[in-house]
Amino acid sequence: MHELSLAQEIISITEQYYSSDNNERVKSIKVKIGKLQNVLPDSLEFCFNALIQNSKMENAKMMIEHVPIKLECKNCGNISEQDGYLFACPKCGCSAITVISGNELTVSEIEFENVSNNKEVLN
Amino acid sequence: MTLITVERKVLEKNDVVANDIRLKLKAHNIFSFNLLSSPGSGKTSLVERTIAHLKEKISIGVIEGDVQTDLDAQRIDLLGVPVAQIVTNGGCHLDAGLVRDALTKIDYAQLQILIIENVGNLVCPAGFDLGEETKVVLLSTTEGDDKPLKYPAMFRNASVLIINKIDLLPYVNCSVQKIKENALAINPDLKIFETSCTTDAGIPDWCNWILAQANQ
Repeated sequence: MHELSLAQEIISITEQYYSSDNNERVKSIKVKIGKLQNVLPDSLEFCFNALIQNSKMENAKMMIEHVPIKLECKNCGNISEQDGYLFACPKCGCSAITVISGNELTVSEIEFENVSNNKEVLN
Repeated sequence: MTLITVERKVLEKNDVVANDIRLKLKAHNIFSFNLLSSPGSGKTSLVERTIAHLKEKISIGVIEGDVQTDLDAQRIDLLGVPVAQIVTNGGCHLDAGLVRDALTKIDYAQLQILIIENVGNLVCPAGFDLGEETKVVLLSTTEGDDKPLKYPAMFRNASVLIINKIDLLPYVNCSVQKIKENALAINPDLKIFETSCTTDAGIPDWCNWILAQANQ
Protein backbone atom coordinates (compact mmCIF):
# COMPACT_ATOMS: atom_id res chain seq x y z
CA MET A 1 0.00 0.00 0.00
CA HIS A 2 2.79 2.43 -0.87
CA GLU A 3 0.17 4.36 -2.84
CA LEU A 4 -0.69 6.24 0.37
CA SER A 5 2.89 7.57 0.59
CA LEU A 6 2.77 8.51 -3.08
CA ALA A 7 -0.56 10.34 -2.69
CA GLN A 8 0.87 12.33 0.23
CA GLU A 9 3.86 13.37 -1.89
CA ILE A 10 1.62 14.36 -4.83
CA ILE A 11 -0.41 16.61 -2.52
CA SER A 12 2.75 18.05 -0.96
CA ILE A 13 4.18 18.95 -4.39
CA THR A 14 0.87 20.45 -5.56
CA GLU A 15 0.56 22.66 -2.46
CA GLN A 16 3.75 24.43 -3.46
CA TYR A 17 2.06 25.89 -6.55
CA TYR A 18 -0.79 27.81 -4.93
CA SER A 19 -0.48 31.53 -5.64
CA SER A 20 -0.01 33.84 -2.67
CA ASP A 21 -3.45 35.52 -2.98
CA ASN A 22 -5.17 32.19 -2.13
CA ASN A 23 -7.84 32.92 -4.69
CA GLU A 24 -7.77 29.68 -6.62
CA ARG A 25 -8.44 26.00 -6.24
CA VAL A 26 -6.89 22.94 -7.79
CA LYS A 27 -9.13 21.56 -10.50
CA SER A 28 -6.95 18.69 -11.64
CA ILE A 29 -3.54 17.12 -11.24
CA LYS A 30 -2.02 15.06 -14.02
CA VAL A 31 0.23 12.25 -12.82
CA LYS A 32 2.36 10.05 -15.07
CA ILE A 33 2.82 6.45 -13.93
CA GLY A 34 5.21 4.12 -15.72
CA LYS A 35 4.27 0.46 -15.90
CA LEU A 36 7.48 -0.48 -14.09
CA GLN A 37 6.48 1.43 -10.97
CA ASN A 38 4.12 -1.15 -9.42
CA VAL A 39 1.49 1.50 -8.72
CA LEU A 40 -2.17 0.53 -8.55
CA PRO A 41 -4.04 3.45 -10.11
CA ASP A 42 -7.32 2.74 -8.27
CA SER A 43 -5.51 2.53 -4.98
CA LEU A 44 -3.58 5.76 -5.62
CA GLU A 45 -6.80 7.55 -6.53
CA PHE A 46 -8.57 6.17 -3.44
CA CYS A 47 -5.75 7.36 -1.15
CA PHE A 48 -5.59 10.76 -2.86
CA ASN A 49 -9.35 11.30 -2.53
CA ALA A 50 -9.28 10.25 1.13
CA LEU A 51 -6.43 12.64 1.92
CA ILE A 52 -7.95 15.70 0.26
CA GLN A 53 -11.31 15.43 2.05
CA ASN A 54 -12.06 18.60 4.02
CA SER A 55 -8.90 20.27 2.73
CA LYS A 56 -8.50 23.19 0.36
CA MET A 57 -7.73 20.64 -2.35
CA GLU A 58 -11.11 18.95 -1.94
CA ASN A 59 -12.79 18.13 -5.28
CA ALA A 60 -9.48 18.14 -7.15
CA LYS A 61 -9.36 15.36 -9.72
CA MET A 62 -6.37 13.17 -10.27
CA MET A 63 -5.80 12.30 -13.90
CA ILE A 64 -3.46 9.40 -14.45
CA GLU A 65 -1.48 8.98 -17.65
CA HIS A 66 -0.17 5.44 -18.00
CA VAL A 67 3.28 5.21 -19.55
CA PRO A 68 4.11 1.91 -21.28
CA ILE A 69 7.44 0.12 -21.10
CA LYS A 70 9.55 1.01 -24.14
CA LEU A 71 12.86 -0.61 -24.88
CA GLU A 72 15.67 0.38 -27.21
CA CYS A 73 17.86 -2.48 -28.41
CA LYS A 74 21.58 -1.80 -28.07
CA ASN A 75 22.26 -4.31 -30.85
CA CYS A 76 19.87 -3.40 -33.67
CA GLY A 77 18.48 -0.06 -32.43
CA ASN A 78 14.88 -1.27 -32.63
CA ILE A 79 12.46 0.54 -30.33
CA SER A 80 9.65 -1.66 -29.02
CA GLU A 81 6.73 -1.37 -26.64
CA GLN A 82 6.39 -4.22 -24.15
CA ASP A 83 3.04 -5.51 -22.95
CA GLY A 84 4.71 -7.84 -20.47
CA TYR A 85 7.90 -7.56 -18.49
CA LEU A 86 10.36 -9.50 -20.62
CA PHE A 87 13.37 -7.37 -21.31
CA ALA A 88 14.62 -8.51 -24.70
CA CYS A 89 14.39 -7.05 -28.19
CA PRO A 90 11.41 -8.63 -30.02
CA LYS A 91 13.20 -8.09 -33.34
CA CYS A 92 16.63 -9.65 -32.79
CA GLY A 93 16.19 -11.33 -29.38
CA CYS A 94 19.11 -9.45 -27.83
CA SER A 95 18.80 -8.82 -24.09
CA ALA A 96 21.14 -5.82 -24.14
CA ILE A 97 18.46 -3.15 -24.04
CA THR A 98 17.88 0.29 -22.57
CA VAL A 99 14.57 1.04 -20.89
CA ILE A 100 13.54 4.36 -22.43
CA SER A 101 10.16 4.65 -20.72
CA GLY A 102 8.13 2.92 -18.04
CA ASN A 103 9.96 4.19 -14.96
CA GLU A 104 8.03 7.48 -14.79
CA LEU A 105 6.36 8.56 -11.57
CA THR A 106 5.85 12.29 -11.85
CA VAL A 107 3.44 15.10 -11.15
CA SER A 108 3.13 16.36 -14.69
CA GLU A 109 0.61 19.23 -14.72
CA ILE A 110 -1.57 21.09 -12.25
CA GLU A 111 -4.66 22.96 -13.34
CA PHE A 112 -5.93 25.77 -11.11
CA GLU A 113 -9.16 27.66 -11.46
CA ASN A 114 -10.00 31.01 -9.98
CA VAL A 115 -12.50 30.78 -7.11
CA SER A 116 -13.97 34.30 -7.42
CA ASN A 117 -14.50 33.96 -11.18
CA ASN A 118 -16.49 30.80 -10.56
CA LYS A 119 -18.70 32.57 -8.04
CA GLU A 120 -19.41 35.32 -10.54
CA VAL A 121 -20.42 32.77 -13.15
CA LEU A 122 -22.70 31.03 -10.67
CA ASN A 123 -24.34 34.30 -9.65
CA MET B 1 -7.83 28.94 -15.32
CA THR B 2 -4.11 28.33 -15.06
CA LEU B 3 -2.31 25.23 -16.27
CA ILE B 4 1.14 24.76 -14.79
CA THR B 5 3.58 22.27 -16.23
CA VAL B 6 5.36 20.73 -13.28
CA GLU B 7 7.16 17.50 -14.30
CA ARG B 8 8.44 16.73 -10.81
CA LYS B 9 9.21 13.28 -9.46
CA VAL B 10 6.63 12.15 -6.92
CA LEU B 11 9.41 10.70 -4.76
CA GLU B 12 11.81 13.64 -5.17
CA LYS B 13 11.87 14.34 -1.41
CA ASN B 14 12.84 10.73 -0.72
CA ASP B 15 15.48 10.85 -3.47
CA VAL B 16 17.13 13.95 -1.99
CA VAL B 17 17.50 12.23 1.39
CA ALA B 18 18.66 9.01 -0.30
CA ASN B 19 21.36 10.85 -2.23
CA ASP B 20 22.50 12.52 0.97
CA ILE B 21 22.80 9.09 2.66
CA ARG B 22 24.67 7.72 -0.37
CA LEU B 23 27.20 10.56 -0.25
CA LYS B 24 27.76 10.05 3.49
CA LEU B 25 28.28 6.31 3.13
CA LYS B 26 30.63 6.82 0.19
CA ALA B 27 32.59 9.44 2.12
CA HIS B 28 33.27 6.78 4.76
CA ASN B 29 33.96 4.12 2.15
CA ILE B 30 31.06 1.95 3.33
CA PHE B 31 29.60 -0.67 1.02
CA SER B 32 25.84 -0.84 1.59
CA PHE B 33 23.05 -2.96 0.25
CA ASN B 34 19.29 -3.04 0.58
CA LEU B 35 18.14 -6.63 1.22
CA LEU B 36 14.67 -7.31 -0.15
CA SER B 37 12.35 -10.30 -0.22
CA SER B 38 8.91 -11.53 0.75
CA PRO B 39 8.30 -12.32 4.44
CA GLY B 40 9.81 -15.54 5.73
CA SER B 41 12.24 -16.16 2.89
CA GLY B 42 15.29 -15.98 5.14
CA LYS B 43 16.60 -12.39 5.06
CA THR B 44 17.48 -12.26 8.74
CA SER B 45 18.96 -15.77 8.65
CA LEU B 46 21.12 -14.70 5.71
CA VAL B 47 22.24 -11.59 7.60
CA GLU B 48 23.12 -13.80 10.60
CA ARG B 49 25.14 -16.22 8.45
CA THR B 50 26.86 -13.32 6.70
CA ILE B 51 27.85 -11.73 10.01
CA ALA B 52 29.11 -15.07 11.35
CA HIS B 53 31.40 -15.43 8.32
CA LEU B 54 32.60 -11.86 8.06
CA LYS B 55 32.61 -10.15 11.44
CA GLU B 56 36.21 -11.11 12.24
CA LYS B 57 37.36 -9.80 8.86
CA ILE B 58 35.42 -6.58 8.42
CA SER B 59 33.15 -4.27 10.44
CA ILE B 60 29.45 -4.77 9.70
CA GLY B 61 26.40 -2.84 10.82
CA VAL B 62 22.74 -3.63 10.23
CA ILE B 63 19.53 -1.64 9.95
CA GLU B 64 16.51 -3.87 10.45
CA GLY B 65 13.13 -2.89 9.01
CA ASP B 66 9.96 -4.51 10.29
CA VAL B 67 6.28 -3.71 10.46
CA GLN B 68 6.24 -4.65 14.15
CA THR B 69 8.63 -5.81 16.91
CA ASP B 70 12.38 -5.57 17.35
CA LEU B 71 12.81 -9.36 17.26
CA ASP B 72 15.19 -9.19 14.29
CA ALA B 73 17.36 -6.53 15.94
CA GLN B 74 17.56 -8.75 19.03
CA ARG B 75 18.81 -11.63 16.88
CA ILE B 76 21.49 -9.45 15.28
CA ASP B 77 22.46 -7.88 18.60
CA LEU B 78 23.35 -11.35 19.92
CA LEU B 79 26.08 -11.49 17.27
CA GLY B 80 27.77 -8.40 18.69
CA VAL B 81 27.49 -6.02 15.73
CA PRO B 82 25.88 -2.55 15.68
CA VAL B 83 22.19 -2.75 14.83
CA ALA B 84 19.30 -0.27 14.64
CA GLN B 85 15.68 -1.36 14.36
CA ILE B 86 13.11 0.56 12.33
CA VAL B 87 9.51 -0.33 13.19
CA THR B 88 7.23 1.03 10.49
CA ASN B 89 4.00 0.46 12.48
CA GLY B 90 2.13 -0.86 9.49
CA GLY B 91 4.15 0.85 6.75
CA CYS B 92 4.87 -1.59 3.94
CA HIS B 93 8.32 -0.29 2.98
CA LEU B 94 11.32 1.61 4.30
CA ASP B 95 11.99 5.08 2.97
CA ALA B 96 15.14 7.15 3.00
CA GLY B 97 13.98 9.31 5.91
CA LEU B 98 13.60 6.24 8.14
CA VAL B 99 17.09 5.05 7.20
CA ARG B 100 18.56 8.52 7.85
CA ASP B 101 17.03 8.46 11.36
CA ALA B 102 18.25 4.89 11.99
CA LEU B 103 21.79 5.90 11.03
CA THR B 104 21.84 8.32 13.96
CA LYS B 105 21.43 5.33 16.30
CA ILE B 106 24.58 3.48 15.24
CA ASP B 107 28.17 4.63 14.90
CA TYR B 108 28.06 4.05 11.16
CA ALA B 109 31.26 5.97 10.36
CA GLN B 110 33.39 3.08 11.63
CA LEU B 111 31.60 0.50 9.43
CA GLN B 112 32.84 -1.04 6.22
CA ILE B 113 29.58 -2.79 5.36
CA LEU B 114 26.04 -1.62 6.06
CA ILE B 115 23.18 -4.06 5.52
CA ILE B 116 19.68 -2.60 5.34
CA GLU B 117 17.10 -5.35 5.75
CA ASN B 118 13.86 -4.05 4.30
CA VAL B 119 10.31 -4.92 5.33
CA GLY B 120 9.32 -8.30 3.89
CA ASN B 121 7.46 -7.35 0.72
CA LEU B 122 8.24 -7.91 -2.96
CA VAL B 123 6.13 -5.00 -4.21
CA CYS B 124 6.24 -1.70 -2.34
CA PRO B 125 9.94 -1.38 -1.39
CA ALA B 126 11.04 -1.67 -5.05
CA GLY B 127 10.53 2.00 -5.83
CA PHE B 128 12.08 3.57 -2.74
CA ASP B 129 15.75 4.50 -2.94
CA LEU B 130 17.32 4.24 0.52
CA GLY B 131 20.72 5.60 -0.46
CA GLU B 132 22.16 2.11 -0.71
CA GLU B 133 24.85 1.19 -3.19
CA THR B 134 22.96 -1.77 -4.53
CA LYS B 135 19.81 -3.86 -4.10
CA VAL B 136 19.96 -7.57 -3.29
CA VAL B 137 16.77 -9.57 -3.76
CA LEU B 138 16.37 -12.90 -2.00
CA LEU B 139 13.97 -15.60 -3.17
CA SER B 140 13.56 -18.91 -1.37
CA THR B 141 12.78 -22.20 -3.06
CA THR B 142 9.60 -22.57 -1.00
CA GLU B 143 8.09 -19.54 -2.74
CA GLY B 144 8.09 -21.10 -6.22
CA ASP B 145 10.03 -20.41 -9.38
CA ASP B 146 7.47 -18.06 -10.95
CA LYS B 147 8.08 -15.16 -8.55
CA PRO B 148 10.46 -13.14 -10.76
CA LEU B 149 7.71 -12.98 -13.39
CA LYS B 150 5.10 -11.96 -10.81
CA TYR B 151 7.21 -9.23 -9.18
CA PRO B 152 9.26 -7.94 -12.10
CA ALA B 153 10.09 -4.47 -10.75
CA MET B 154 11.87 -5.93 -7.75
CA PHE B 155 14.02 -8.23 -9.88
CA ARG B 156 14.63 -5.53 -12.47
CA ASN B 157 15.92 -3.05 -9.90
CA ALA B 158 18.22 -5.47 -8.08
CA SER B 159 21.79 -6.31 -9.07
CA VAL B 160 22.03 -9.53 -7.07
CA LEU B 161 19.63 -12.47 -6.67
CA ILE B 162 20.10 -14.94 -3.84
CA ILE B 163 18.19 -18.21 -4.21
CA ASN B 164 17.83 -19.36 -0.61
CA LYS B 165 16.72 -22.58 1.11
CA ILE B 166 18.30 -24.78 -1.55
CA ASP B 167 18.52 -27.54 1.08
CA LEU B 168 14.71 -27.83 0.79
CA LEU B 169 14.73 -28.50 -2.96
CA PRO B 170 14.00 -32.25 -2.56
CA TYR B 171 10.76 -31.38 -0.76
CA VAL B 172 9.34 -28.53 -2.83
CA ASN B 173 8.05 -28.17 -6.35
CA CYS B 174 10.60 -25.62 -7.49
CA SER B 175 13.31 -25.55 -10.14
CA VAL B 176 16.40 -23.42 -9.54
CA GLN B 177 17.01 -23.45 -13.27
CA LYS B 178 13.52 -22.02 -13.84
CA ILE B 179 14.06 -19.29 -11.21
CA LYS B 180 17.26 -18.31 -13.02
CA GLU B 181 15.62 -18.31 -16.46
CA ASN B 182 12.70 -16.21 -15.22
CA ALA B 183 14.91 -13.78 -13.31
CA LEU B 184 17.39 -13.32 -16.15
CA ALA B 185 14.53 -12.67 -18.60
CA ILE B 186 13.61 -9.70 -16.39
CA ASN B 187 17.19 -8.65 -15.64
CA PRO B 188 20.00 -10.27 -17.66
CA ASP B 189 22.67 -8.56 -15.54
CA LEU B 190 21.69 -10.24 -12.24
CA LYS B 191 24.51 -11.85 -10.30
CA ILE B 192 23.07 -15.06 -8.79
CA PHE B 193 24.00 -17.01 -5.66
CA GLU B 194 22.42 -20.23 -4.35
CA THR B 195 22.43 -20.52 -0.57
CA SER B 196 21.18 -22.40 2.43
CA CYS B 197 21.37 -20.72 5.81
CA THR B 198 20.83 -24.13 7.43
CA THR B 199 23.69 -26.04 5.76
CA ASP B 200 25.82 -22.95 4.98
CA ALA B 201 25.93 -23.96 1.30
CA GLY B 202 26.81 -21.02 -0.94
CA ILE B 203 27.31 -18.62 1.96
CA PRO B 204 31.13 -18.45 1.55
CA ASP B 205 30.73 -17.44 -2.13
CA TRP B 206 28.21 -14.77 -1.21
CA CYS B 207 30.47 -13.45 1.55
CA ASN B 208 33.47 -13.37 -0.79
CA TRP B 209 31.44 -11.26 -3.19
CA ILE B 210 30.57 -8.82 -0.37
CA LEU B 211 34.25 -8.61 0.63
CA ALA B 212 35.22 -7.87 -2.96
CA GLN B 213 32.64 -5.06 -3.13
CA ALA B 214 33.77 -3.62 0.19
CA ASN B 215 37.42 -3.66 -0.87
CA GLN B 216 36.82 -1.93 -4.19
